[in-house]
Amino acid sequence: MTSELVTVRGLNLSFGNVRALRDVDMSLAEGEITAIVGDNGAGKSTLVRCLCGVHRADSGEIVFDGRTVSFSSPEEARHAGIETVHQNLALVEDLTVWQNLFLNRELTKGFGPLQVLDRKGMRRQAEEMVSALAVNVPAVGARVRRLSGGQRQAVAICRAAGFSSRLVIMDEPTAALGVQETERVETLIRSLREDGHAVLLISHNFDQVMRLADQVWVMRSGRCVAGRRTAETSAAEIVSLITGALAA
Amino acid sequence: MTAATRQATANQAPDTPASPGWKRFLPESGRWAEWAAPTGLVALVIVFTALNPGFLGYGNVQAMLAASAILIILSVGQTFTVATGGIDLSVASTMTFSAIMFGVGFGAGWHIALCCLLAVASGLAFGALQGAIIGYGRITDFIVTLGGLSMASGLALVVSDGQPQTVVDRFMLRLSTGSIGPVGYMVLAALVIAVLAHVLLFHTRFGTHVLAAGGSAEAATATGIDVRRIKLAVYTLSGTLAGMAAILLVARIGAAEPAANTQFLLNAVAAVVLGGVALAGGRATIAGPVFGALLLTALTNGLTSLGVSQYYQPVAVGAVVVLAAFVSRYQK
Repeated sequence: MTSELVTVRGLNLSFGNVRALRDVDMSLAEGEITAIVGDNGAGKSTLVRCLCGVHRADSGEIVFDGRTVSFSSPEEARHAGIETVHQNLALVEDLTVWQNLFLNRELTKGFGPLQVLDRKGMRRQAEEMVSALAVNVPAVGARVRRLSGGQRQAVAICRAAGFSSRLVIMDEPTAALGVQETERVETLIRSLREDGHAVLLISHNFDQVMRLADQVWVMRSGRCVAGRRTAETSAAEIVSLITGALAA
Repeated sequence: MTAATRQATANQAPDTPASPGWKRFLPESGRWAEWAAPTGLVALVIVFTALNPGFLGYGNVQAMLAASAILIILSVGQTFTVATGGIDLSVASTMTFSAIMFGVGFGAGWHIALCCLLAVASGLAFGALQGAIIGYGRITDFIVTLGGLSMASGLALVVSDGQPQTVVDRFMLRLSTGSIGPVGYMVLAALVIAVLAHVLLFHTRFGTHVLAAGGSAEAATATGIDVRRIKLAVYTLSGTLAGMAAILLVARIGAAEPAANTQFLLNAVAAVVLGGVALAGGRATIAGPVFGALLLTALTNGLTSLGVSQYYQPVAVGAVVVLAAFVSRYQK
C-alpha cells in the first residue's frame, strides 16, 4: 500500500441542527485518484470544504502529509499544497488565460515596493503549463470568456496542478461537459496522477469513478459508510452502498 | 511571439489574429466600445472645425486642454471604482470638500505645500472611510457614495460657513497659467496621473486584482484575493485623486468655494462610460476615459463657441453618454 497523504479521523461538523458530518474517517494515498461518492446532501462537498480550508470541523482531526492541520482559510490550505478546482471553476472571464493561471500568484520584477508584473515571463510559463498538459490547449492570450466549457476546465485544472500542489481536489469536474470534452478532461486527470499529484474527486458518474479512481469512499447522510478499492468492487455494489441497500 | 505560438493562437481563437508589435498597443478588434471615445472625439473635432474654423486654433486648444485636466483626474479615479463593479458618486463633492480644506489651511497662513497636502489628505481620508464601509461593512457602493456625496458637500458648507476663501498665491497662479507649448501644467499633471494609473492598472498585481474583483468577486475570493481590501483601496484612490483635482480647481478659480460641482460628477461617470469601461466591472482602460473626458470638454467648448445656449449643454452630454452606452451594447 502506498503511503497516506491525507488521513481524516472522527470529523464532525454541524450547521445549526443539521449534522453535516458525523464521525467521518477516510484517507487518501499519495499518487492516487480517490473518489468520494454519495447522494445529494450526503456530505461530500462539506467534507471537501473542510479539507480545502473553507469550513472548520467542530471536532476530529485532519492529518496532511504527516502533520495535523487546521486550515482557517483556503489560502492556508493552498500554501500547504492543497488546490481546489471549484464547481464554478473560479475563473475570471474578462481576464486572459495566463492572467487566470497566475491570479494572485503573479510574477513580478523590480525592487522593493516598485514591483511591476513580469507579463512576458507569465505568458511564457503559461504556454509551458498548458502545452505540458497536451490536452485541449487554449491560447494563453485569449480571454476565458471565449473558451468552451472543456477548455475552461482544462485551465482550472492546469492552475490547480501548477505551483507544486500535492493534492488537487475536484468537485464534479465533468458535470457540464459533453462526451468528447469529458474524455479529454479525464485524460487530464490521469496525467495529474502520472505527474505525482494526489487527486480527490467528487463525482456522480459511477462509470467515471470506476474508470478513473483507485480508491472510492461512499458517504451517506453525513457518514463515510464504506471504502473500497475500485479494482475489487463494481458499480452495482457502490450504488447499493450509496442507497443503503447494502450495509457496509 | 514565435511562429509556433502564432499558429496556435490563430487556430484556437480565429477572431483574435496575431498582431504585429504596434497593434498590441491598440484595443482588441471587436471591442470597439473602447474606440467610441477617440472616434467620437475626432468626429466632433471635424464637425466643430467645419462650423467654426477657429475651433482648432492654438488658444482654443489650450483652453480646452486646461478645462479637461480636472475631469481627466476625476475620471481616472472613477475608472478604478467602476472596474470593481462599483461607482463613486461622491468624487465631485469630495473634491469640493478637499478644496475647502485647502482654503482652511490657506486662511490659517499655512505654506502652500502644506495646503496641498491637506487637500490630498482630506480626499484620501474621506475616500478611505467610504471604502472601508463598502468593503468591510458590506453596504452597496451606490448607497455609501450617495451618502458620501451629501456628507462631503455638507461638510464643505459647514467648514467654510458657506463662504469662499480667496487664494492668491504665486505657485497656484503658475500652476493654472504656466505651460509647455500649448500643454498647460495642469494638463501635464493630469496626463502624468493618467500614465501612472495605466501602469497601476495593467502592470501591477494590484491592478490585476482590481479587474479580477470586478470581473468575478467569487473567483477572486476563491484564489485568495481580499475583495474587501480592493474596495477599500479603489475608493481611497478615488478620494485621493479628488483631493489632487481640488488643488487644480482652487488654482483655476483662484478661490476655495463650497459650490456643488454637480457637473463634474456627471461628466466623470460619463467619461468612464464613453471610455468603454464596463459598468458591471472587470474590464477597463485608462486611455478610454481620458479620451472620454477630452470628448466631453470638446463638446461643451464647441457648443459654446457656436453660441448654443448653456442650457442645452447638459442635454447634449446626456445624449452622447446614452449613445455611447448604446454602442457598447453591440460590442459582444
